[in-house]
Amino acid sequence: MNSEIARLFWSFSPFIIMLFIIGLYCIFVTFNLIRVLVGVEVLMKAATLLVIVAGAATGHIALAQVIVVTLIVIEVVVITIAAGVVIGIWRHNNSLDTRKIRQINDEGISDE
Amino acid sequence: MIVNSILLIALLCVALWAVMTRSLLRSAIALAIVSAVLTMLMFRLHSPLAAVFELSVCAGLIPVVFVSAITLTQPLSTKEVLQHMRERLTRFWYLPFIIVSSGIIFTFIHLSSKMPLPGAEVDKDVRILLWNIRPLDLIGQILILLIGAFGILIIFKEKKENE
Repeated sequence: MNSEIARLFWSFSPFIIMLFIIGLYCIFVTFNLIRVLVGVEVLMKAATLLVIVAGAATGHIALAQVIVVTLIVIEVVVITIAAGVVIGIWRHNNSLDTRKIRQINDEGISDE
Repeated sequence: MIVNSILLIALLCVALWAVMTRSLLRSAIALAIVSAVLTMLMFRLHSPLAAVFELSVCAGLIPVVFVSAITLTQPLSTKEVLQHMRERLTRFWYLPFIIVSSGIIFTFIHLSSKMPLPGAEVDKDVRILLWNIRPLDLIGQILILLIGAFGILIIFKEKKENE
């Protein structure tokens, strides 16, 4: 493998890992459902960048672009469905805080 | 390489802003900027088709979905946001520290090319690849889009019945 291309890949990889950390931290720490979606988006960006950099490093840039287009389509559908679910949850529970939603659901179960 | 580094650092900073800002609208705007910066990186890595998709869909459509969700839900009032700000800060102040320290660690570790990577190959044109070699991807994409459309329909249909 060309050393210049290898250097490109390994110089990108720390940033991709840090982007992954940002997304994961957001998902784990937040209690707001919309902010969980923001974390998922950041994770998707990291995955997209990884695929493109891997494609550029291995010479399969056309294949990487095809995969990224598929990834973007999946991303849009996931975010749209999740946003719909979040709106449904808000209408049902009047809150997006996962602690409150859990509390409401627990109370509902104990009432039954 | 310097331009790539600047873009990558900008990408990280804007992603941090998207995660840490207290306003959800600002988060949505920051995500659009993340997509725009990623688009620039893709152009620099010779991926114009994916870059155009990223710019039009991820920087254009997804923020609209986010803003719609935020507007329809109206999660917190300004007063409540201010009340939750301190609590949020206690949860999120570790993040910049973690990112900076992991960046320092990766700089000293020197991720290198010791791990084997396949050799460089020259691909065919992306259109030929998409239409002739990977046509099943297109069918999958159409199916996923249909699933998305039907999913949204089902969600709002249930809501109507509940009303």
